[in-house]
Amino acid sequence: MEGNLFDRNRRDLILFAGLALLVAVIFLTQGSVYSLRMLVEAGCYAMIALGLTIQWGYAGLFNVGVMGFIAAGAASSVLITFPTNPDFWNSNGPQLVGIFLVKLAFSAALLWLANISGRFGAGRRLRGLLIVIAIAVAYLVLSAHMTVMAEQIEANSGWIGGLGLPVLVGWIVAGVVAGIIAWFVGKICLGLRSDYLAIATLGIAQIIKHFLKNADWLTRGTLTVSPLPWPVETPSGGEFIMARASYLSLVAIAVVIIYLLLERAYNAPWGRMMRAIRDNETAAEAMGKNVTSRRIEIFVLGSVLMGFGGAMLIHFASIYDPSGFLDLNHTFLIWVMVILGGSGNNRGAIFGAIFVYIVWVMSEPITLALFDVIRTYGVAWFDWEPPSDFNSRALQMRVFVIGLTITLVLRFAPRGLLPERQARH
Amino acid sequence: MNDLVFFINKGLLSGMIIGSIYAMGAIGVTMIFGILRFAHFAHGDMMTLGAFVTLIIAALLASAGVVLPCPIAFAAIIPAMAVTAVLAIGLDRIFYKPLRNAGARPVVLVMASVGVTLMLQGLIRLFAGVRARDMFIDQPKDIFQIPFPGATRAVILTEPQIVLIGFTVVAVLALHLFLTRSRLGKAMRAVSDNPELARITGINTNHVVWATWIIGGGLACAAGSLLSMDVTLKPDLSFNILLPIFAATIVGGIGQPYGAIAGGFLVGFCETLAVFNWSVLLRPIKDSLWFELPRNMALVPTEYKLMVPFLILIIVLIYRPTGIFRGRVL
Amino acid sequence: MSLLKISNLHAGYGQMSILKGVDMALEAGEIGVIVGPNGAGKSTTLKAIFGMLNITEGSIEFDGEDITGIRSEALAAHRIAFVPQENNVFHTLTVHENLEMGAYIRRDDFSRVMDHVYEIFPPLKEKRRQPAGELSGGQRQMVAFGRALMIEPKLILLDEPTAGLSPMFMSQIFDRVIAINKTGVTVAMVEQNAKQALAIAHKGFVLANGANSFTDTGRNLLENPEVAKSFLGG
Repeated sequence: MEGNLFDRNRRDLILFAGLALLVAVIFLTQGSVYSLRMLVEAGCYAMIALGLTIQWGYAGLFNVGVMGFIAAGAASSVLITFPTNPDFWNSNGPQLVGIFLVKLAFSAALLWLANISGRFGAGRRLRGLLIVIAIAVAYLVLSAHMTVMAEQIEANSGWIGGLGLPVLVGWIVAGVVAGIIAWFVGKICLGLRSDYLAIATLGIAQIIKHFLKNADWLTRGTLTVSPLPWPVETPSGGEFIMARASYLSLVAIAVVIIYLLLERAYNAPWGRMMRAIRDNETAAEAMGKNVTSRRIEIFVLGSVLMGFGGAMLIHFASIYDPSGFLDLNHTFLIWVMVILGGSGNNRGAIFGAIFVYIVWVMSEPITLALFDVIRTYGVAWFDWEPPSDFNSRALQMRVFVIGLTITLVLRFAPRGLLPERQARH
Repeated sequence: MNDLVFFINKGLLSGMIIGSIYAMGAIGVTMIFGILRFAHFAHGDMMTLGAFVTLIIAALLASAGVVLPCPIAFAAIIPAMAVTAVLAIGLDRIFYKPLRNAGARPVVLVMASVGVTLMLQGLIRLFAGVRARDMFIDQPKDIFQIPFPGATRAVILTEPQIVLIGFTVVAVLALHLFLTRSRLGKAMRAVSDNPELARITGINTNHVVWATWIIGGGLACAAGSLLSMDVTLKPDLSFNILLPIFAATIVGGIGQPYGAIAGGFLVGFCETLAVFNWSVLLRPIKDSLWFELPRNMALVPTEYKLMVPFLILIIVLIYRPTGIFRGRVL
Repeated sequence: MSLLKISNLHAGYGQMSILKGVDMALEAGEIGVIVGPNGAGKSTTLKAIFGMLNITEGSIEFDGEDITGIRSEALAAHRIAFVPQENNVFHTLTVHENLEMGAYIRRDDFSRVMDHVYEIFPPLKEKRRQPAGELSGGQRQMVAFGRALMIEPKLILLDEPTAGLSPMFMSQIFDRVIAINKTGVTVAMVEQNAKQALAIAHKGFVLANGANSFTDTGRNLLENPEVAKSFLGG
């Protein structure tokens, strides 16, 4: 066992050293400005990947809606931190939003009452019926109000603008919002079989994206919001290196803190219990563990990290564009990071995130170059006429490769490059 | 009367069309779920794949100078279904079977199917691009206007829609006969019911798995092709069609083909009726209403159409996770 | 030569071993009963025959052929039938379809066997068009027996056929086991109700901690004071 542990540590060391070498090569060949950007983004992805690895690796929850949590977190952070829009505050907008919030609170109370109606003697069926009615009423009331509100705000002030609060507050709220959404999803699905969570998260991600894209009053929709504030000095006057380096150190600190906390939790009784549930649900249940609520806990926690990481990512890009959230980049890429790095291993998630992100960024020029060769020779040798959208098609190759990587890793290296440290029970 | 015709066209007929598509997709998903025990996320892209196979076969037939009394694409569906079924079995052999044999948890298979869907998506778009294509390569589709008594507007049905409805009826009947009369069909139900018992009874699981993929792949191809003929062929079905199909599957009860059919139509109708502008129907009696009739009175704005299957899904999961036909919750 | 011969069987789930040297021999036409305390490996022995767990040592011979570690799908072809303790019918299939599935591997005409099963279990004939899941516990047990008989088995394995049934049904089940045995079918069964079961057994096997502790005829075991003291509750 001792030797085994030593081997593993050596393996970690070699892999991380290799990664450092790769980063150094990129710094030398691509320049610091470019490389710093890549590292910051990779760091944000690492945060998101940590969120996913605790959901999947600690608890075996299959979340196909990572994009939704990132998008929701990013949007919340934009609303918290972006400077205020005076037109909005001078119009009847705040009043409309206020009434909306009151109605929202009212609906939530209604739903809560329906939910606990069991305590007042309502049977399972009646309770279900009450919940359905509460959802329907809430939906009709809120959607009617929202239609009017959206029309008026768009006409009077374009959109509601932000609150102008500090960026760190925005990031924390991003995590909280993502966590609240996760709590609802988890409450509904986590008592049921694992596939249902996958289906529901897929759905919620699509709906969040649709909503953010179409709710012009809230997010300016396709008009996008920029420039987003930074928690550090923004690169004014071309001072990219300093600005990006300080952003990078902030991201790195956040990732390290979360990593250390997660490591502690993993080895604490809480983490052991999570693994016990993952590996043998029936046994854990028989021992009197409340499997469902433990799962909700970890699902919420993971989603908080995703929202937080998503906010960091979008603030760095400095532009909020709801159509920029893609299943491929913001869900499946992260899955590849987690399972390739080694699910259930936090170091694996960080390694996977940085490594895969570098490969991902590099893959665009490489694919284009590769297909350019194909085009050149295809034209020269076979008299082939390439289609006009050849370049955009070529990039689809990356979708294929992501899919292939997922299936290959599942089959041939299910434990990833940095396997989980504790043996599965 | 014209408003009623409008309702028939935009509400009932569209609901039936999209419901048939969902039903055919959901039959495959529910059988895969029941027999292989995982949610098949690659079903949407399998539909797109089937539609492309149909297009390719139609183009081959057309270039071979075949002339048929009906549009070539219709004739091409049958061989395309066979090809898609074979491809589906191939995908199972390469990607799912090894995991099954290694005793992987169902959720790992779900993940593998996500991987497969990305691969299909990438390949299709790589070779075909993302632009829309017309499935009718030899002649434009016929549009029938059926006069409605007492109205100046006509009920409008297109050729592919008629074929789709006819095909759905035939497919459902054939499936019913297969599942209740044939030895293999009964074996499929048995495996879906109790896989362990089926094994010790000596039922050949391989045959059952093949039959599942043949039915699932064939129907996915037909649904994808007919949908593309009704509109256009675009390689963007995947996740957008997956959600309503999963909703239909779960509403109908997992492993219940009849439930999937009912669920497909339910989701289809709910979706169309939710985005239907009800003020059109109320217009004739607008003077006797106590409120002013708004211009648009849809329950859900069209851009949030995806909300409908999702809400149905959530309600079923809360209220009756076994679905209306009492499927299984594993 | 024995019809079923298990020698020094070691088996378990994954790494965990449960059977540590089980020996059993049954002649054609006999009833063999496996009894023993909970966790002794009774049902596990049946499952090991049925290829449901890892066999690490020892062998299982059936009718002169080595069937150690055979896949469960292949056993029906050897005309070995198994009636599990629970979940032993196809719930959504009708009674008739359940019996048809029992005969899945047969490509010949099995209507004669089907009639025979309906003769032994008259209630099934009445309910042949009903889904098996809607029947009572006792009737489901009949469906399970009937399904197993459809291949005209040489050997039938029963896993606690009386578990969860009322005492009245219990004696009915034992009567049926005897009746089935009279038609020439060898029976190996695991039972909690050791006394009643040993009373009808030609051979009895008392297991403890995954190995035989007594092996004798049913009658001798019943009369053995040591067995009575430690396993039959005085």
